Amino acid sequence: MSTPDATLREITFGEAVREAIAEEMRRDPRVFYMGEDVAAAGTAFKVLLGLLDEFGKERVINAPISEAGYASLGVGAAITGMRPIVDIMFGDFLTFAMDQIVNQAAKVHYMSGGSLKVPLTIRTTLGATRRSAAQHSQSLHAWFGHVPGLKVALPATPYDAKGLLKAAIRDDNPVMVFEDKMSYKIKGPVPEGEYVISLGVADVKRPGSDITVVATSSMVYVALAAAERLAQAGISAEVVDPRTIVPLDAQTLIASVKKTGRAIVVDEGVERYGVTAELAAVIADGAFDYLDAPVKRMGAMNVPVPFSPVLEDRTVPTPDALVELAKTLCGRV
Amino acid sequence: MTQWLHMYREMLKIRLFEEQVNQLYLKARMPGLAHLYSGEEAVAVGVIGALRGDDYITSTHRGHGHCLAKGATPDRMFAELLGKAAGYCRGKGGSMHIADTSTNNLGANGIVAGGAGIATGAALSAKMRGADQVVACFFGDGALGEGVVYEAMNMASLWTLPVVYVCENNLYGEYTACQDALAGDILARPRAFGIYAAEVDGQDVRAVHAAATQLVERSRRREGPTFLLCHTYRYSGHHVGDIDRAYYRPKREEQEWVTQRDPIRILGEWLVGERLASQETLDQAHAAVAAEIEAAAQFALDAPYPDVSEVDQHVYA
Repeated sequence: MSTPDATLREITFGEAVREAIAEEMRRDPRVFYMGEDVAAAGTAFKVLLGLLDEFGKERVINAPISEAGYASLGVGAAITGMRPIVDIMFGDFLTFAMDQIVNQAAKVHYMSGGSLKVPLTIRTTLGATRRSAAQHSQSLHAWFGHVPGLKVALPATPYDAKGLLKAAIRDDNPVMVFEDKMSYKIKGPVPEGEYVISLGVADVKRPGSDITVVATSSMVYVALAAAERLAQAGISAEVVDPRTIVPLDAQTLIASVKKTGRAIVVDEGVERYGVTAELAAVIADGAFDYLDAPVKRMGAMNVPVPFSPVLEDRTVPTPDALVELAKTLCGRV
Repeated sequence: MTQWLHMYREMLKIRLFEEQVNQLYLKARMPGLAHLYSGEEAVAVGVIGALRGDDYITSTHRGHGHCLAKGATPDRMFAELLGKAAGYCRGKGGSMHIADTSTNNLGANGIVAGGAGIATGAALSAKMRGADQVVACFFGDGALGEGVVYEAMNMASLWTLPVVYVCENNLYGEYTACQDALAGDILARPRAFGIYAAEVDGQDVRAVHAAATQLVERSRRREGPTFLLCHTYRYSGHHVGDIDRAYYRPKREEQEWVTQRDPIRILGEWLVGERLASQETLDQAHAAVAAEIEAAAQFALDAPYPDVSEVDQHVYA
């Protein structure tokens, strides 16, 4: 992993994403960008504004509303010498492209005995609380973690968003990058210079000694807010962000829990059969003898995401709920 | 003359390859199943004969014919079908997934219509790289039921991509007659996207080759995608195990195609009738191809399986 360079600036998550793409497109003429409303509109989230002016419509390609179609064009271009970035506006729309991602992109290298490679990046979103209801709010990243052949990145900060996306674009495998759609305006330190974050390296977002909170994507902020309040209550929480769930840096997670003896895993996907289940199992296996309490999980409720704010806010993990659970685990209630 | 005799041998190679595959299945020497291309040889040989070596193809679950016509060798194909390390995919793909990068064959596909977008993406890649390669995308009438075909054709036309969609209408999708699955006129579908479309007797390799040559050159001249509908017939069942099939297809119909519309016989009779080859030459070709297929199958039977340690190799590049 590269370390931040001295000349740090504060930029938004969205700006970090745009920089990553622009730098990679400048560096490598094989990289191109394709998706719905990605050119003049700069995506529905306006993240890519300016990219069209620099690279033109031949490399920033507005696709029809045909996720299955252009995702499969991405696979075909990837196996014939290009390095496409395919944009799926809302993670919910990945459902259209499942055959292309699961049966084609993920399998081609293996099925061909290693003779074909699929250097394809799929950029998409996750996350609720945008008042977008059940078909624009899901966090479906766990599905892809279940498919051998895919890598799955979940950047939480502007720094991670840029470094992980650059790594994804340079990777010779299909990499799914899920960004929390509520994160684009978040600001954070990002160095001026070139850096890449290796896929499969977790990051300790806040050191602590009493309990480990493993948090992904949007839930890193929930975990950090909870850790701040736990500190006031005399509980030192360590927040560990895996950053990628495939490959998974199990070692860093397990080492943290061996140190603290307690763990809560927080992820915005639905809790049932979700990322939290897998990470909890990895921790329980790897740190069993060191655990002072069962590994606990917090995911989204097992319901479709409702529209009404009072209902929607009930469905996702919150700092309040996390603080309560951490206190219980630490015997402080 | 040499060209047609070559195509005769290519079609014969596919036919005898498939007959050998069926034997391997019947003798329980081949794991799993295979979908035989017998009866459709003129399509693969005619279309691929119109391509350059560096042009790409995508193929289907019924893909042995495309693979051989593009230049794969029978020994490594049999090895793949038997799950051996010498196979094109080190035994990891099997019959439905053979890809051969040495001939720019981007692979067969176990998903109906799975190649439509991949072929179109390869055409986008060719255009972006400034190469003048063309992509031939093979699929059956069954694939016309999948929406991704139309998404891909729409983008290919919109972006003037050099792809030739080759629809092999063999009249049956699995165990269902195509008239029970297809509404309207097949050619009206590509034409709705502004794609130049033609149809041809898929049992006449010279006709297929002539039509394909025209469409390939059109696409190579950057005039956009093209579509070739080939009327053909699947001699065997959906796969080698589909033996009792009278419930969806009359035996008499099968016999009519085999005895009256066989692509190898049609070309052979033309060659002899035009005095471009003697029956003796054709017989010699048959003997030579049969020996090649026999030796290739034996090679595969004798070849070692992959080491079990390979099971988790090639998951990631």
